[in-house]
Amino acid sequence: MSELAVAAAPEPRLGAIALCAVGIAFGEGSAAVEAVRGIDFRVEAGEFVSILGPSGCGKSSVIGAIAGFTPVTAGQVLVDDQPIRSPGPDRGVVFQQHTLFPWKNVLENVEFGLKMRGVSRPERRRTASEILEQVGLGDFLRHYPGQLSGGMQQRVSLARVLVNRPRVLLMDEPFCSLDAQTRLEMQQLLLQLWHELHMTVVFVSHDVDEVLYLSDRVLVSSHRPGRIRTSLTVDLPRPRGSDVLTSPEFVRLKREAMEVLGVARGN
Amino acid sequence: MRSLVLDSSVSLPAPKRAVRTRRPLRSKRALRSLVVGALSLAGWLLLWQAASIWELDLFFRFENIPAPTEVARAAAELLVDPKLGSHVFSSLERIFIGYCIAAALAIGVGLAIGRFRLASEALLPPLEVLRPIPAVAWIPLAILLFASAEQSMVFITFIGAFFPILLNTVHGVEGIDPRLVNASLTLGAGPLDVFREVIVPGALPSIVTGLSIGMGTSWFSLVTAEMISGQFGIGYYTWEAYTLQKYPNIVLGMVGIGILGMGSSSLIKWCGRRCMPWFKPEANAR
Repeated sequence: MSELAVAAAPEPRLGAIALCAVGIAFGEGSAAVEAVRGIDFRVEAGEFVSILGPSGCGKSSVIGAIAGFTPVTAGQVLVDDQPIRSPGPDRGVVFQQHTLFPWKNVLENVEFGLKMRGVSRPERRRTASEILEQVGLGDFLRHYPGQLSGGMQQRVSLARVLVNRPRVLLMDEPFCSLDAQTRLEMQQLLLQLWHELHMTVVFVSHDVDEVLYLSDRVLVSSHRPGRIRTSLTVDLPRPRGSDVLTSPEFVRLKREAMEVLGVARGN
Repeated sequence: MRSLVLDSSVSLPAPKRAVRTRRPLRSKRALRSLVVGALSLAGWLLLWQAASIWELDLFFRFENIPAPTEVARAAAELLVDPKLGSHVFSSLERIFIGYCIAAALAIGVGLAIGRFRLASEALLPPLEVLRPIPAVAWIPLAILLFASAEQSMVFITFIGAFFPILLNTVHGVEGIDPRLVNASLTLGAGPLDVFREVIVPGALPSIVTGLSIGMGTSWFSLVTAEMISGQFGIGYYTWEAYTLQKYPNIVLGMVGIGILGMGSSSLIKWCGRRCMPWFKPEANAR
C-alpha cells in the first residue's frame, strides 16, 4: 500500500501530548466553576484522538489548555515533554465558529502565520495559495471571509492553521454548524490532510458518529466537571469510506460509547 | 517534499460566488431617492419664499428673514467677491490643522486606553471630566493659552474633534472579539503583531465613525470660535453679516458652513470605505 512508503519516511514524529491530573476552573471564590477535574491522558505523536462528551463538559477547556490560552488550575500539560505556558504556532486551533480576520482576504488570512515568522511576501503568497488549492479554494483567494459560506470559512480556517505545519491540530467542534453534506466533505478533507501531513489531531465533538468515523481513539467524557470516563480504541481499517458507518464493529463501538454517555436509546 | 494533492473524491464543485447586487436595480433606486430629495428641497424653498414674501408672523416672524431669491442674489455677489476665497481657505486651514492633530492624538490615546489597563486607569478620569465641556466654553481659556487668535481657533477645532474620535476608538478596541486575539496568538503573533494586525484593523470601523462625527463637531466648534475672534473665515463672515445687518449674507454663511461640513464629512466616509473594502454594515445587520 502506498501509505507504507510514507510511514517509512525517516523523520522523527512530533506532537505527543500528555495531560497529567489537569484541572481547570473559572472564576474565583464561591462563583468559581470547575470545568474539568483530574484529566489524565496521553496522545501519541501522529494519533487522531477525539474527546466525546455532552455540551458543557469542559471539552473546549481542554483544547484551550493544550493550545495554551486557557490556564490550568491543577496539573500539567506537556507537548513533546515540554510544559505548555502560552499559545504557539506549533499547536493550531480550529474553532466551531470561524475566527478568520474579517479585514483580511482569504489569501492574507492563510498567509498570517508565515508573515509572523518573517517569510518573504512572494514566498508566503506561493505557499498559501498552494495550501488553499489543496482545500479546494484556489478560486477564492481575494474573497473576504464574510463573502464565504460556513463550509468554505472552515476550509480557510484549516488552511490558515496548516500553513504553519503544526505538530498538533486542535479542533473544537469544527463542523457542528455545517449542514450534513458539507460536514461529510469536511470530515473526508480532514482525514486526507491528516494522512498527508502526519500531525497529531485532538478533535472535540458531541457527535458519536463523527468521532468514531474519524478517530483512532475516543475518550468519553462525563458531565461537568468533566472527567475521562473511558477510552475506546477504534480499530476500523483506513481509509474509511461511508460503508464503515454501518459495519458491525462501528455499531458495537457506538453502542458502547452511548452506554458510557448514559444515553439509553432503543436499548 | 511530499506531494499534497488531494484525490478527486474530496475536491468539490466550485461553490457559488458571492451574490452581487444587480446594478440596474440599484441605479433605479438611487435615481428615485435623488428625485424625491430634490422635490422635497424645492418644496421647502418654495414655502420659505412664500413665508418671506407675505411676511408671515406665526410665532416665527418672517418679516426680517430674507427670501431665497434675495439669498441667491447675495450668493451671486459673493461668488465674484475676491474675499470669498480667503474666507473659505481660512476656515479649511483651521479645520485641517486642528482636526489632524485631534485625529492623531485621539486615535493614539484611544488605542492605548482600550488596550492597556494602566492607560485606561490613568487617562480616563481626567478625560471624562473634560469631555462634557463644550468647545465654546473653552474659548476664553484658549485666548489666554495661546499667543495668537489663529492658534486659539485651531485649538477650539481640535477640542471639538478630539472627544468623539477618542471615545469611538476606545469603544472600537473594547469591542474586538477576544477569540480573534487568541487565534492570532496560536498562529505565532507577538504582542506588537496583535496590536498591528488585530487591534488596529478591528477597531477601524469604529474609528472611522468617530472621525466622521468628529469632522462635524470640529466644524461647529470652529464657527463659534470664528464668531468671537478673527478676520476671515466662514463663521466670521456670518457674524459680520449680522452686525452689518446684511441679512441675506447670514443665510448664505449658514448654507456655506452646511455645505463645507457635509463635504468634509463625506470625504472622511469615502476614505473610510476605501480603507475597509471588507466592511459591509448592511451585510452584518442582516
